[in-house]
Amino acid sequence: MSAADIAATVTDPELPMLTLAELGIIRDVEEGADGVVVTITPTYSGCPAMEAIRADLLAALRGGGFEQAQVRTVLAPAWTTDWISESGRAKLAEAGIVPPGPAPRRPAGPVPLTLGVRDDGVACPRCGQPRTEQITAFSATACRELRRCPACREPFEHVKAI
Amino acid sequence: MSFDDAYQSLTDHDDDARWAYGTGFTDPLAGVPSALPDGVDRGDLAAYCLMLGDDALILSHRLQQWVTRAPEIEDELALANIGLDLLGQARLLLTRAGEAEGAGRDEDQLAYLRDPGEFRNVRLAERADADFAELVARLLVFSTWRLALFDRLAATGDPVVAAIAAKGVKEVSYHRDYAAGWVVRLGDGTELSHARTQAAIDVVLPLSGELFVAHPVERRLAELDVAVDPAGLRAEFDDVIAQVLRVATLTAPSQPSPQQSPGRDGDHGAELTEILAEMQGLARATPGGVW
Repeated sequence: MSAADIAATVTDPELPMLTLAELGIIRDVEEGADGVVVTITPTYSGCPAMEAIRADLLAALRGGGFEQAQVRTVLAPAWTTDWISESGRAKLAEAGIVPPGPAPRRPAGPVPLTLGVRDDGVACPRCGQPRTEQITAFSATACRELRRCPACREPFEHVKAI
Repeated sequence: MSFDDAYQSLTDHDDDARWAYGTGFTDPLAGVPSALPDGVDRGDLAAYCLMLGDDALILSHRLQQWVTRAPEIEDELALANIGLDLLGQARLLLTRAGEAEGAGRDEDQLAYLRDPGEFRNVRLAERADADFAELVARLLVFSTWRLALFDRLAATGDPVVAAIAAKGVKEVSYHRDYAAGWVVRLGDGTELSHARTQAAIDVVLPLSGELFVAHPVERRLAELDVAVDPAGLRAEFDDVIAQVLRVATLTAPSQPSPQQSPGRDGDHGAELTEILAEMQGLARATPGGVW
């Protein structure tokens, strides 16, 4: 297997149903004379999983015969949920976590203030009710929010589009 | 990974970076090119990164103190998440400050081994909240200002600082919306919640003057297009605060004329000393200790 194929199999520590590639945080894998360089980008600035991700990537590459490997961070352009792949979205949905819609396109000028709840048109993953309520914009990880369905009353998680 | 045994699932790996023992996350800028833009004074860039990094580090600590004390578990999650975002921004900025300084100090040395007089955060970040209304009022003021600042900083000339800011814009937008949502809910709530939120705004908003007066370091770097002169953020700030207060049925108190923040030169209140005693105590008692 190529280094890129091996790196693509490593899963995310916080969303273990997804690979890092499906989550869109592997930005580049290069095989050169000095070994393999994997470039990753954090989802959020405070993501505490970055070191675990780095260690998992190096362990997988070593296991695949790539002894000389390093993992680099890139901060720009900032990660967006638009980089989550189609298969990644399908796996999130299968795990009961509603995948994000398209990231909001910002109009020119200052960042608009949102007063009240953002209406993201998120449907209930259990009963299909098209309109659901936000319980809190922050959940078990920075990238998810907690919502509730007014019809079946079940709470569920949704990956915020950023 | 086995999920049958929680302890084993944390330990059955062939690496030592599992979270049960800390993340071992030692360089948040690993692999990011560390070169400085041409013509920029190392000391100035280091000081500027400390200013913005210390703002985030100190407020993050204040937010963490609310975890287990917030009105609902959802708000504890929110405050912990906001604190984590700010801590992440602080780690990147302190690491960048250490690179710019060029004296070999890393984020931990900067966070844990500086005395209060070396911290450059604005006073607004360190103050203790008297109640939840003050917490959300302060968070509204801070994040409205920081969002306007980061939005402009993302287009400036230090590629590392600009990238940290661009990423931060997405995060701080959520912080501001969270704080604004609570100010509206409490302001336009019961008679008691309205009175307490108005009291919080009356105390917190007049403290915002320090946010809009450039320190000489900011002025010099802004001329090189590596920093943002905070005086230019005032109109956007006033507009957002006015929108929130209107919906919250609150009024803005009269504000004293802005003065440069004493915190930017290391002049802090006893509140910072108290935060640092809590934040630095363990690191100073066991230098270099890990577990």
